[in-house]
Amino acid sequence: MATQHNQPGFTDQSLIRNFCIIAHIDHGKSTVADRILQLSGIVPEREMRDRFLDRMDIEQERGITIKSQAVRVPWTFDGTEYTLGMIDTPGHVDFTYEVSRALAACEGAVLLVDATQGIEAQTLSNLYMAIDHDLTIIPVLNKIDLPSAEPDKHAEEIAGLIGCEPSDVLRVSGKTGEGVADLLDQIVMDVPAPQGDPDAPARALIFDSVYDSYRGIVTYIRMVDGELHAREKLHMMGIGMTHDPIEIGVISPEMTPTKALGAGEVGYVITGAKDVSQSKVGDTITTASKGAAEPLPGYRDPQPMVYAGLFPIDNAQYPELRDALDKLKLNDAALIYEPETSVALGFGFRCGFLGLLHMEIVSERLEREFGLDLISTAPNVPYEVTGEDNTVHHVTNPSEFPEGKIKRIVEPMVAADIITPKEFIGAVMDLCQDHRGQMGTMEYISADRVEMHYRMPLAEIVFDFFDQLKSRTKGYASLDYHEDGEQSADLVKVDILIQGEKVDAFSAIVHRDKAYSYGVMMTKKLRELIPRQQFEIPIQAAIGSRIIARETIRALRKDVLAKCYGGDITRKRKLLEKQKAGKKRMKMLGHVEVPQEAFIAALSTGEGANDRDTKDKIRAAQKTEG
Amino acid sequence: MSFEVYIHVPFCLRRCGYCDFNTYTATDLGGGASRGNYAAMAIREMRLVRGWQERHGVAEPPASTVFFGGGTPTILPAADLVAMLDAVRDLWGVEDGAEITTEANPDTVDAAYIDALAAGGFTRVSFGMQSAVPHVLRTLDRTHTPANVEAGVRAADAAGLRSSVDLIYGAPGESLDDWRTSVEAAIGLGVDHCSAYALTVEPATTMGRRIAAGLLPKPDDDDEAAKYEIADALFSAAGLRWYEISNWARPGFESRHNLGYWRNVDWAGIGPGAHSHYAAAGPEPAAGLRAWDVAHPRTWGRRIAAGEVPWADSERISGAESLEETIMLGLRLREGLDLAALPARPDETGIAALEREGLVERRGDRLAPTLRGRLLNDTVIERMFDICGL
Repeated sequence: MATQHNQPGFTDQSLIRNFCIIAHIDHGKSTVADRILQLSGIVPEREMRDRFLDRMDIEQERGITIKSQAVRVPWTFDGTEYTLGMIDTPGHVDFTYEVSRALAACEGAVLLVDATQGIEAQTLSNLYMAIDHDLTIIPVLNKIDLPSAEPDKHAEEIAGLIGCEPSDVLRVSGKTGEGVADLLDQIVMDVPAPQGDPDAPARALIFDSVYDSYRGIVTYIRMVDGELHAREKLHMMGIGMTHDPIEIGVISPEMTPTKALGAGEVGYVITGAKDVSQSKVGDTITTASKGAAEPLPGYRDPQPMVYAGLFPIDNAQYPELRDALDKLKLNDAALIYEPETSVALGFGFRCGFLGLLHMEIVSERLEREFGLDLISTAPNVPYEVTGEDNTVHHVTNPSEFPEGKIKRIVEPMVAADIITPKEFIGAVMDLCQDHRGQMGTMEYISADRVEMHYRMPLAEIVFDFFDQLKSRTKGYASLDYHEDGEQSADLVKVDILIQGEKVDAFSAIVHRDKAYSYGVMMTKKLRELIPRQQFEIPIQAAIGSRIIARETIRALRKDVLAKCYGGDITRKRKLLEKQKAGKKRMKMLGHVEVPQEAFIAALSTGEGANDRDTKDKIRAAQKTEG
Repeated sequence: MSFEVYIHVPFCLRRCGYCDFNTYTATDLGGGASRGNYAAMAIREMRLVRGWQERHGVAEPPASTVFFGGGTPTILPAADLVAMLDAVRDLWGVEDGAEITTEANPDTVDAAYIDALAAGGFTRVSFGMQSAVPHVLRTLDRTHTPANVEAGVRAADAAGLRSSVDLIYGAPGESLDDWRTSVEAAIGLGVDHCSAYALTVEPATTMGRRIAAGLLPKPDDDDEAAKYEIADALFSAAGLRWYEISNWARPGFESRHNLGYWRNVDWAGIGPGAHSHYAAAGPEPAAGLRAWDVAHPRTWGRRIAAGEVPWADSERISGAESLEETIMLGLRLREGLDLAALPARPDETGIAALEREGLVERRGDRLAPTLRGRLLNDTVIERMFDICGL
């Protein structure tokens, strides 16, 4: 391993370059980052494994980086050793907030674009965010080794967006390593050195914190002014708490304790705090004695955009779910939750997420890392519902929807930017219209790609919009969205009744025009998923007291196996034992046994049925409104 | 406790599309396993089993029944079946008046064959009739015609053997009238015993694959329930009374061998894939043993040639499992489950609820399913498991 000359805490700011990499998912950011680690010599060739920086299993499997990581990388340019602080950022739309935290810790951003694909909507939005943070942008095309790469075309596109010459766009291949050394040289040349005051009282920004089961909370910081020393009491200015640091250090590429961290450096602090509220992202760390007077400007708090209930399939796992959420919260500041009780699903938590992917990742981590079996209810956005008596209800859960007459419902809106090849403009317009989108402007970002702007209800995007966008554009379109105020809308709550009993877990707030199709499809789905029982089971969908759809599960007449002779007895006994175990996993709704699978499948999204029967029933339901 | 012997003959002329039994259509399976030496091998297995019983202190009375099933036992020469029966007689003895049955494919028997069986001591023939309707027989891949069945039954009558016929309902394309025709034809044969089975489609069969591919409609539970009710009504009117879910007989003509399975007696199963049961052969007094032979005739033959009892595996039946089996088997029978014989008196309120729902009838200490309880037998069994704290 290369010996580093510049030691943490003793590195002049003029030798430091802090940068992040902005890239769309799959555009090869992790491969380029791995290549940088390898070229710098801090990861020996034989220890190199793919995607060194993506530590969590899920990240490796999904190929996405969820948590930012900050690595100290030495790079010699023109005979001088520089210290690069490389901050890895997530590329998915749900993690915009984390990107903004990473950006605030850097002076430069590498804009990494796949030379076979061109820039995508989310990358564009992160690029604009970087420009807003006054970062120096280094444009790079990746994957130039691929035969389908079109570097000239995409260099033109990028140049048009950031106002440089196409020849300024670097060309690299993370796979072969071509051009990566030039990229590092360019970073040294172009990215400004940090401009903090090394002699001022210490100020460090917390831009991330991770829960490590051995070390407790690891807090990632960017030193702005002054120095922090090991064994010096720290003060968190925002929450006003003082801690003894257990360790301070840098990541290069493993955690390495150091004596100090100086102005401009990126590193970590472990305080032994067990509670994430003691290590709040956006807070400023200073020294307990002779500390700074003014904190650094904070970050924006993440706002949950999507809510859903998470319930353990086995209600006895409720305390474990609570502990698991507490632990996840330690390295996922954006996750919020509060206890919720459902008649159908028992005790669980109402959780707020940044988006659908965030929700998926949280449920997956809960199941994988904590061994929990969970049901999640359909995702919901926050509504503001005003009753006739002018009381305002904040509804993040259909069960909070007030009874009686409603004066007004306001729903959150988003501004959605979609980049698509021009041949799919019509398909995208149809899709957005189906989802109550109002078209804004549309511009060509190159000869054959357009960026389309829509204003849409968030609720329309959180369900299956993204999947449909991908399928209607053969996977070519990309989507980015951000909050864009709110708007009143004609929404209704649709309840589902099984044998006359309302099942809270299936209630949904939908637009009046979609209420009928929701009701018809849900009742049909449940008819297929709930096994026949000894009695007839009506399944209805209702708006208030008005039934809009109905299906019937006929009574079970026969369940017996015809034969049971000498050779069948063991098999039959085992089958009955299995059925018995299956029944234990059923929820009793009134007298009706509903398998867990019915909840999971009924709540999962999916293409709406387009069969004749469904369409006829939806038409019939609409007629009843008359 | 009585003792029964089951002998499996794993050969058929052709495999029917719905069949997932352990049976083979080749005449020679290599390694010394063939139709030609099958009887000899089965007899060698009987000796090995007898030896095992002796070594394990399992003393069985003479066999009260012997049953040849398949496959198609009658694909073998009648002399082979008789030789196997003689071996049972030599090794265990056979009770006076024992019930000796073979299953028969109507295509493979004639009067001479039946006479040979009768002379060898057989008392009963169970014909695989399946249906009296040609298009249903075709769907089931059966090669016989309804006329063959009639001829077989008449030959059995002439030889003084009792006859039973098997029917299958619920084949794709079978109407309610088709089924009525089949039941009436079976009754018209004048037999004293009839079995009627709902077609069970196993995924790994030709029919299972054709249904999965959408080439054939899936059997419908409601249709099968209606057909069950038709069968029960027609058989009852003809004096054939149900005594087990899928079996009807004139009183006194029930299959004693099959009743043995449902009453949890001991039996030795001979032949590839055959199961054996010994209620009290476990290391603890209460634990039973169930063992089953390896499935393929080649491996089976090799094991026997090596002087081993050719079991593939076995299980010890625990107290709870034994109770489960007693409940699940007893509730299939008209005589019903003997509540007094259970290790603990079951909860009466649970039983009262089953009665109230019309699923069971209580006669003294016996609990038997009603017509509805026969069709919803799994529900009744599961409820009874609950009631007995299983």
